[in-house]
Amino acid sequence: MTDEQIKQAIIGIISDIAPDEDTSNIDPAVRLREQMDLDSMDFLDIVMELRKRYGVHVPDTDYMELASLDSCVNYLRDKMAGKALVS
Amino acid sequence: MPHFDAIIIGAGMSGLAAGIRLAMYDKKVVVLERHYVWGGLNSFYQFQGHQFDVGLHAMTNYAVKGAKGLPLSRLLKQLRIRHDELDLHEQGFSAVSFPGVKLKFSNDFNLLRSEVSRAFPQQIDGFDALTKAVREFNELDLDAPQQDARPVVRRFITDPMLEDMIFCPLMFYGSAREHDMDWDQFVVMFKSIFFEGFSRPQQGVRHILKLLIDRYRKAGGELRLKTGAARILHENGRAAGVELDNGQALTADTVLSSAGLVETGRLAGSAGLRSNDPNEASLRSEGPAGVVDVPSTTGADRMSTRQAGQRPALPKVGERPVLPGKLSFTETISVLDCPAKQLGIEETIVFFSNRERFNYEQPADDVDTSSGVICMPGNFRLPDEPKDHLVRITNIANYDRWAALGSAGFQPAPGSAGLRPALAVDVSSTAGADRMSAPNAGETPALPYYAAKQRWYERSCADVLSHIADFRPHVKLVDMFTPRTIRHYTGHEGGAVYGSPRKLRTGQTGIDGLYIIGTDQGFLGIIGAALSGISMANRWVLQREGVSEPAA
Repeated sequence: MTDEQIKQAIIGIISDIAPDEDTSNIDPAVRLREQMDLDSMDFLDIVMELRKRYGVHVPDTDYMELASLDSCVNYLRDKMAGKALVS
Repeated sequence: MPHFDAIIIGAGMSGLAAGIRLAMYDKKVVVLERHYVWGGLNSFYQFQGHQFDVGLHAMTNYAVKGAKGLPLSRLLKQLRIRHDELDLHEQGFSAVSFPGVKLKFSNDFNLLRSEVSRAFPQQIDGFDALTKAVREFNELDLDAPQQDARPVVRRFITDPMLEDMIFCPLMFYGSAREHDMDWDQFVVMFKSIFFEGFSRPQQGVRHILKLLIDRYRKAGGELRLKTGAARILHENGRAAGVELDNGQALTADTVLSSAGLVETGRLAGSAGLRSNDPNEASLRSEGPAGVVDVPSTTGADRMSTRQAGQRPALPKVGERPVLPGKLSFTETISVLDCPAKQLGIEETIVFFSNRERFNYEQPADDVDTSSGVICMPGNFRLPDEPKDHLVRITNIANYDRWAALGSAGFQPAPGSAGLRPALAVDVSSTAGADRMSAPNAGETPALPYYAAKQRWYERSCADVLSHIADFRPHVKLVDMFTPRTIRHYTGHEGGAVYGSPRKLRTGQTGIDGLYIIGTDQGFLGIIGAALSGISMANRWVLQREGVSEPAA
């Protein structure tokens, strides 16, 4: 999966979790929580969706790695390698 | 024999919401519901071609689309529901009405503030300080020490009538305690009613329930109606499953019970409940001594006990028995021949007291009609004129007195939905509530239970007339439910709408794998109950799994 696809994977998950949020203009360098209404329960959902869709396990201690789209890409690059984007 | 990841007892708001969360993450989950309709307290029924809601006057916790960090927004995300799907329409305005003083409020908090300033000019600084204290309190902190609300409120508000006027709506819409509330519950209710406010879908509660049921089924969850839980099975302090009323046993890793604290204790039988909740101060010191000890009873035993009119011994947590709540209600539903607004009734909801001091306690008589809640569902800002023009009046009532009234010989019609047996009198042919004597098919108004309903219907309506215009000449159909009806449809002992005064905030019962959800976990209202189910499912099933599973 390319970096761009990883971003799309995360954005796809966020669009499902928060259907009222506009996900078209997320700044990848800025923390997601600052751009939209996401709380710790929502980050739990992002983690569970990653496991459900891509079989990727994110331990509790690594949740902060998902703070922004850029940090997601850095953290998930190896874990998502070879996987196909689920729409 | 199928094995479930989770069994959920009760298809009310909390059970359905918990079910959606678990099914969404591919858990094998079943929701058990003793009745043939879902919704629990927040259900609905049809009567003579009219559609009535049970429970729901209004949804509290209103939030506009896109509002951040509010309970409604949290609920929508957790259940993946778009705001528009709820079809919420805000109230016009409501009021708290006491002798000689009326305080209006709406979903704009400034209205209440200006009303307090007008009616109680000496109190406005204290009111502002109270508002600030409420705003700054984090009611989601499960480890905050418990304290009573009245002493806190009295630090800010020195006029007893204003104090009672603030408590009145909060108590009616959520307090399981008499006379006072826990401070955290006060904060939850204050925010949900005064800061966030009321709204309602055009179609009422059935619209919300349909959304939840659709989500649950689409996610792959199983719902079994007419399937009661007779016993919670557990071994060596660990939940093992549920035995159904028909004797069949279902096994599961986790059981989430919305049956109530007392009721769940009874279902769990002799090993009983022991709270691990750090908020249960008495337990912290008593440790394992707080085992609930109740006689082990089978479903059949419980049935016969119930029929004999006796109550089994109460479960105990620590030295204190877990008492069932004492607060139950009657509700009268009057269908008018015109919109309430045509009679000059503008409010959406009126919380009233005919006495200067509002007394929130179980009445000695059948009903206390000196205070209550009047709801005009047609006065929400609905896009379409509602089919029925309703006035609903809720009063505090005494379960034991209603339970003792004879109604032998009544047989509810098979398959009839909702609140049967209930007062069901069609007065359309005679017009006027004073002549509501024609019995509905199968009912015998001469029986004490029905005679009492008729008597209290009239008292209830007569005692609101200093707060709203006299609507009685316009009544064409009435229905009424009582604490007995609530007992029947919620399973809550004593018809206690808001459950036990004791809440288990962490849901833990002392039996590993058995957790309390819903009213007795401590969150109230439709949004609160649903969030309770969600947070307990997250905490005790989904997050637990996330921790224990090895990295992929």
